[in-house]
Amino acid sequence: MNLKDTPLWEVFVRSKNGLSHQHVGSLHAVDATMALQNARDVYTRRAEGISLWVVPSNAITASDPVDRGEFFEPTASKVYRHPTFYEIPDEVGHM
Amino acid sequence: MYTQALNDKDPSPAEDTIEDPVLAERFQSRIDQELRIEANDWMPAAYRRTLQRQIAQHAHSEVIGMQPEGNWLTRAPTLKRKAILLAKIQDEAGHGLYLYSAAETLGISREEMESQLLTGKARYSSIFNYPTLNWADMGAIGWLVDGAAIMNQVPLCRCSYGPYARAMVRVCKEESFHQRQGYDIMTQMAKGTAAQKAMAQDALNRTWWPSIMMFGPHDSDSSHSEQSMAWKIKRFSNDDLRQKFINATVPQAEYLGLTIPDPDLKFNEETGNWESGPIDWDEFKQVLAGNGPCNHLRLSTRQRAVAEGEWVREAAAAHAAKQSARATNKEEAA
Repeated sequence: MNLKDTPLWEVFVRSKNGLSHQHVGSLHAVDATMALQNARDVYTRRAEGISLWVVPSNAITASDPVDRGEFFEPTASKVYRHPTFYEIPDEVGHM
Repeated sequence: MYTQALNDKDPSPAEDTIEDPVLAERFQSRIDQELRIEANDWMPAAYRRTLQRQIAQHAHSEVIGMQPEGNWLTRAPTLKRKAILLAKIQDEAGHGLYLYSAAETLGISREEMESQLLTGKARYSSIFNYPTLNWADMGAIGWLVDGAAIMNQVPLCRCSYGPYARAMVRVCKEESFHQRQGYDIMTQMAKGTAAQKAMAQDALNRTWWPSIMMFGPHDSDSSHSEQSMAWKIKRFSNDDLRQKFINATVPQAEYLGLTIPDPDLKFNEETGNWESGPIDWDEFKQVLAGNGPCNHLRLSTRQRAVAEGEWVREAAAAHAAKQSARATNKEEAA
């Protein structure tokens, strides 16, 4: 067997309850059990987490950086979505 | 550490000339604005190649770097020291993995990198081709080799390539433990019996010059790093980093009551720098060329480990295939 046949997994760690899982890196493993054990040994040796997710890398669909401009265009052109777009008279105070 | 790849000339610069000038300009302007480059972003072929080579070499160094310390695992003086050394070696394996993962995002496979190491095509840091002859070497390696590594790696946390920079943040956090445990060994031995102090001095004598050489050739002899600086992969020159390391280390040796094996070492009042004597670059070149004391041993040990671990990888794959076939059968039966 060579490493090419060994699937790649993305590793996500929850550092403590109340926070979401965060991507920390990747590793190769033959199955989910081995991926979890390796992730524990590689990414949580110093109490970095209390919960781990491993996801096969090829299960992730990513946006294409080439299309970044048009793909995210709606957020750039709609400044009125931000509270700072609106001016509130000073007399009204904090809102 | 272990960025000696940046001192090498790019072996295949021919295709660089055919880059799209608009894309190339946009790329450089992002770098100039201190924006990070991520895995799927457009990048010049030479940038990709340089990083692939450097990150892979860095990973190989971490992996090969386990061997000099592994030499003393079964002979550590106490259970405490053995547990600490084991934890440090495990960290090095982890560092290798973070780095291989970062390199893989650039489109080079783990298998290809591993085969480059095993066939001797890829380099690793010259420092690991020296033997570890006495227990105090474990102290000297942590203190000096990992200390030099930190000097080199902290700026890499701001490297323009995101996945490499993030891997370096994790590595640097752990590296600090390595240096402190090394200095702790040195402190204990330097303050021990005359024989123990002599061992500590012997380890310093052998490790000092190779550690200084880890930073690579003098700036005047290293013209290849200009591009890496422009790409913000490398942020400080070899000589700047080396000087910083020497300045930090001299007082630490003084505290230990040990002598740095450089009769020409002197303090320059004007610059505030400790100036070292001439470095034996011939030795450095010999080690890089494969003629260091342990080059052959390091590579053959790694080759043997891969060959002897083959059955484990085969068994793991067979087990995974069997489990997944069973799961499919169960689903079909239900």
